[in-house]
Amino acid sequence: MNSKLQLIVKGLVKDNPTFVLILGMCPTLATTTSAMNGLSMGLATLFVLVLSNMAISAIAPVVPDKVHIPVYIVVIATFVTLLQFLMQAFVPSVYATLGLFIPLIVVNCIVLGRAEAFANKNGIFDSALDGVGVGLGFTLSLTVIGMVREILGSGSVFGWKFIAGDGMLAFVMAPGAFLVLGYLMVLFNKFLAKK
Amino acid sequence: MAVKSNLVNMVVCLTATCLVCAALLAGVYALTAEPIAATNAAILKASVSAVLPEGGELSESRPIEVGGQMSEYYVSTVDGVPAAYAVKSTTVGFGGPLTLMVGITADGVIYNTSVLSHSETPGLGAKCSQDEHFMAQWKGFNPAQKILKVKKDNGDVDAITASTITSRAYALAVQNAVDAVKKIGGSENEQ
Repeated sequence: MNSKLQLIVKGLVKDNPTFVLILGMCPTLATTTSAMNGLSMGLATLFVLVLSNMAISAIAPVVPDKVHIPVYIVVIATFVTLLQFLMQAFVPSVYATLGLFIPLIVVNCIVLGRAEAFANKNGIFDSALDGVGVGLGFTLSLTVIGMVREILGSGSVFGWKFIAGDGMLAFVMAPGAFLVLGYLMVLFNKFLAKK
Repeated sequence: MAVKSNLVNMVVCLTATCLVCAALLAGVYALTAEPIAATNAAILKASVSAVLPEGGELSESRPIEVGGQMSEYYVSTVDGVPAAYAVKSTTVGFGGPLTLMVGITADGVIYNTSVLSHSETPGLGAKCSQDEHFMAQWKGFNPAQKILKVKKDNGDVDAITASTITSRAYALAVQNAVDAVKKIGGSENEQ
């Protein structure tokens, strides 16, 4: 397999942030009440991840060792705030649902984790690909968790209702998030181990 | 990989990073400030016109005290006469503040209500902004003839199943808005 493609696939499967690395659990549990919310949160994180990976890989060679974490955090926070402005201006409905969790992307360990583990040692292009891969992995995981919770909890998928009535409410609330996440983690790792 | 740290390069690096980031944010803020303001204004306008009869001329926001808190209201005038009021009313629901926009016609009858923001439980209290029966009962509700309390409290409001606290908060918010409009009406008659 082409090594560039491998960078992306790695983030999706082998280094899947949610099911394998188990990073960024706070937004995972909190925003996946529906497939759409999970997808939006995943894409927002993808956006920040790609830009911050690129910026950090560009500045890493000139950043003194002792201050590298504060510098990275400032860079990440800048991109998150940027995203917040853009969402408020152009997709207010998405911002209304995710609002609180957008600023929290700053402290999402996936973003700083990729900066530390990958971007500061690799070139800009590779870092961007790594961001895309991990971001897509995160988006995919959140969308799947959101779908399962929405199907069980509200009887709908992406807002399209196929069962009248309520569904199992527990799945829309926090306990369901833990249950679904746990079972999906088991399934994902079983599938990985077989390969 | 990274440069060896000393006082000078650490200070320079942090200062430079912060300056660049601040400049970038200031730029984007300047670009998006206008669309954000426009979007917020459009959302507010939509929520106000949703609870008022069509055809009136909408006033600017005016301050008012609703249920002991400062809030705001809008007047819709037809031919120079106030025809209806939209009052923003906030009470405490089950999960946090519950903010409604309540439309009330000049004769004191509720025209419509809508939820501006809430933090109620999904699938239970959150139905206050989804449940058709619950939402429809406010249209044409006349507080002079009916009591703005849930049936459990000897009122005439059908509560949402398993969400009495949310329903109570909703009814209270509407009641506060009705009281507030009585005050507006009174003060304008005196003038």
